[in-house]
Amino acid sequence: MQFQDYYATLGVERDATTEQIKHAFRKLARKYHPDVSKEPQAEARFKEVAEAYKALKDPERRAAYDQVAREHAAGKAFDPPPGWDSGFEFSGRGGEAGDGADFSEFFSSLFGRGAAGRASGHPSAAGAFGANRPAPGEDRHARIEIDLEDTYAGAKRTITLRVPAVDGHGHAAIHERQLAVNIPKGVRSGQHLRLAGQGSAGSEGMAAGDLYLEIVLKPHAHFRVDGADVFLDLPVAPWEAALGATIDAPTPGGPVQLTIPAGSAAGRKLRLRGRGLPGKTPGDLYVQLAVGIPASDTDAEKAAYADMARAFPNYAPRGALET
Amino acid sequence: MGQMLDYTYDAIVVEGDTAFTLPALCRACGLDSAQLIALVDEGVLAPAGREPNDWLFAGPSLRTALTARRLMQDLELDLAGVAMALDLLAEIAALRARLNRLGAG
Repeated sequence: MQFQDYYATLGVERDATTEQIKHAFRKLARKYHPDVSKEPQAEARFKEVAEAYKALKDPERRAAYDQVAREHAAGKAFDPPPGWDSGFEFSGRGGEAGDGADFSEFFSSLFGRGAAGRASGHPSAAGAFGANRPAPGEDRHARIEIDLEDTYAGAKRTITLRVPAVDGHGHAAIHERQLAVNIPKGVRSGQHLRLAGQGSAGSEGMAAGDLYLEIVLKPHAHFRVDGADVFLDLPVAPWEAALGATIDAPTPGGPVQLTIPAGSAAGRKLRLRGRGLPGKTPGDLYVQLAVGIPASDTDAEKAAYADMARAFPNYAPRGALET
Repeated sequence: MGQMLDYTYDAIVVEGDTAFTLPALCRACGLDSAQLIALVDEGVLAPAGREPNDWLFAGPSLRTALTARRLMQDLELDLAGVAMALDLLAEIAALRARLNRLGAG
């Protein structure tokens, strides 16, 4: 287990005031919050920052951490002494900043899993029912990455969920649970799938919560997606653009025959209606022609360009620039 | 791991035809009803229906409410701050989508 230097994570001195710790956290939280930040590794950094803040903002936790920190250098393996987790008790607090993050093994061993907040990602509305009354299960959230081809054709995916559960001794542990799910055709990035009844179990026979899966579309090497529309830059030869051609064009749903009209200029956009993401209102596929210029290495190739120059005596490539 | 999964669950797309009542959206996003009502007052969410008891939130409200909750809890933003951050995030998303369409994203 790695020792975590929470002061270094927040960039504050060891004798920083609670106010300074809060300021440092807020600044870093704005910088790395996954909803706001496009920094690389934003989500991982935010988790570190939230964990450090959670440990240091609470005087009880901070005192316990400081005691450990005096004996361990950052980055060195940390082995909790026997009976360690019974050494400190912490008063329960809910709804704190950073509660949504899941915390490191180090944090959990120091403060107990309970202190790390609900790993389901949010405090439950069921909390309002009180701890001992029957309550419906919480809704749970996870994220699933799919390929563009999956949303074109539909797909079956197996996902692994990390489910926190409390055993008979009151210890929390993480179980892995696998679930096979049909990815519906036409689902877009940022949309959510609901699996009814696959959230947390309810207590005393109350209904289980639902499971929500946020869809993340993996970036594609060739296609770009905006809503239901898909975009492709399609390279064509100069003679295909000039003379027209029927070519095989790739689409996420498989190749289609595409007619390039004669006299197409570079950058011409062709719309393939209904070849975007499928759905009640399917999107369109936009193909933008990129005219490639073949290299001229051999004498014959150079001669072909020279012939072309002779054939187009009036071609003025910079005509628009002349005044 | 390695166990056979003999059942494949069907899922519905929330942003499709589904709508949330106020209690259902509370459960799904983790905010309580007072917080959601405040977000409606702030204009962040716009349910159909007059009274909170009749409110129906369209599917995309889930994403908005989840983001609002994270911003409130993680950044300790107040309602006006959340509303403004959501507007700016939507604008950034629209600009990114435009860059992406142009192949510069």
